[in-house]
Amino acid sequence: MAREIRLEQLRHGTELLKRGFAKMQKGGVIMDVTNAEQAIIAEEAGAVAVMALEKVPADIRASGGVARMADPKKIQEIMDAVSIPVMAKCRIGHFVEAQALEALGVDMIDESEVLTPADPFYHIDKRKFKVPFVCGCRNLGEAVRRIWEGAAMIRTKGEAGTGNVVEAIRHMRIVMGMIRHLKRMEDEDLYLLAEEYAQSYAKAAEQIIGREIDSDTPVFGEYVYDDVKQEIFEILKEIKEMQRLPVVNFAAGGIATPADAAIMMQLGSDGVFVGSGIFKSSDPEKRARAIVEAVAHFDEPEVIVEVSKDIGEAMPGIEMKELKVRLQERGW
Amino acid sequence: MVKVGVFSAQGAVTEHIYMLRKTFEEMDIQGKAILVKSREEAREIDGIIIPGGESTTISRLLERTGVGEAIKRRAEDGDIVVMGVCAGCIILAKSIEDGGEKVKSLALMDMKVRRNAFGRQRESFEVDLEVKGLSKPYHAVFIRAPIIEEVFGKCEPIAYFRNKIVAARQDKLLALCFHPELTEDTRIHRLFLSLHYGSQENA
Repeated sequence: MAREIRLEQLRHGTELLKRGFAKMQKGGVIMDVTNAEQAIIAEEAGAVAVMALEKVPADIRASGGVARMADPKKIQEIMDAVSIPVMAKCRIGHFVEAQALEALGVDMIDESEVLTPADPFYHIDKRKFKVPFVCGCRNLGEAVRRIWEGAAMIRTKGEAGTGNVVEAIRHMRIVMGMIRHLKRMEDEDLYLLAEEYAQSYAKAAEQIIGREIDSDTPVFGEYVYDDVKQEIFEILKEIKEMQRLPVVNFAAGGIATPADAAIMMQLGSDGVFVGSGIFKSSDPEKRARAIVEAVAHFDEPEVIVEVSKDIGEAMPGIEMKELKVRLQERGW
Repeated sequence: MVKVGVFSAQGAVTEHIYMLRKTFEEMDIQGKAILVKSREEAREIDGIIIPGGESTTISRLLERTGVGEAIKRRAEDGDIVVMGVCAGCIILAKSIEDGGEKVKSLALMDMKVRRNAFGRQRESFEVDLEVKGLSKPYHAVFIRAPIIEEVFGKCEPIAYFRNKIVAARQDKLLALCFHPELTEDTRIHRLFLSLHYGSQENA
């Protein structure tokens, strides 16, 4: 029967499905939650997804020590509580935490600098997974490397758990500025840039084998340096042409107010992650709603002013100079 | 000149704008694809797409902006063509099973839908489907997709997957469980525009 033949053609976990999932999040707010109750508040406020955590970044920062994947039971509770997508974080390079999260059925995995990195050489080979990944970046090089490794969504790292938007803005300006700059680059220059961006893989391989790599040395999975360089060159050409990343690009790390969320959108983000900013504020419900509205109407100041009224105290926030640990420096 | 809007609060908005422009060009018709955010903008268009995204979020914003009410009134008068994709399909349905209280539906189409009917993201899939009105199968992309559990009244199924309804039509309204904006194939957008031209002239 024709219908049975169709079943054989069913395809799961493709690049199109992973990137497509991320596109459905555009114009939305993804909120960090630590239990079912918070997840329900986020969903009711209009979040497009929640990030299931044991502690929000501000608390991870305060408690110190090694931060790892959340208890799957916690994540499951949150998955059971809401109908919107649920994301969860794994440590940079910890592909077994990622496998566990995929087996659990989370809708997207955040390979996150908020947790303590597990692999000193490599980020996860995200193409090997059926579930889509989001990864942080501080600049176009990090963004392109993560996209090459299979990330379906990129977010600026900002500085999580600070309630200070300065680093998120820094990273968004650097990424967007470089994308615009690509317009002025000829193929020859793009190729040199691809070489620069691919260096990170060569260096990791050299540290591992303790000598210089040659043309046959694998530098990431089965890939040799020349392949990586060539494919990164192709991604750069696509970015130059489209004048945007080929995947969805969100802002994260320090967003605490509706105006913070809206400025990230005006700077070119496709949506925002709000971590500690909601549940570390005095009235999470109101703030969550206000940030959702601000993102949907980011270019309408009259809406921003309206939704910013009477929403209680924002999280206190930290000045960058006072930080002992800069989470953004994790990952490369 | 036909003016078609995409409700632009959340979800895959620019993808539909791109597809509409491509469709206008291929059909060689004078058309304008615009972002619709306000009630006023919703009054000036011949058609609107409610895109894929999160149905809870989009339905809330449809209500809050007044665009939902404007679409509903005009659609009930047969004055506008509407295509609902994925989340948009849920929003068009008269009845939503499970978690329906979270979505404020426009209740325009005689159908009952079920949200996330295939499960979570890892169960999302691509498949070729036969769609009534298209001569060759359409490559359909299902992302945490709903299904149309049943249709009644004037609503007519136009595509099935494993005996489940995944697309339906009712007069000038079209509901899809899959995403025609994620491929380059404009045939679904053509089908949608033909609902507008159907009553006046044949495109």
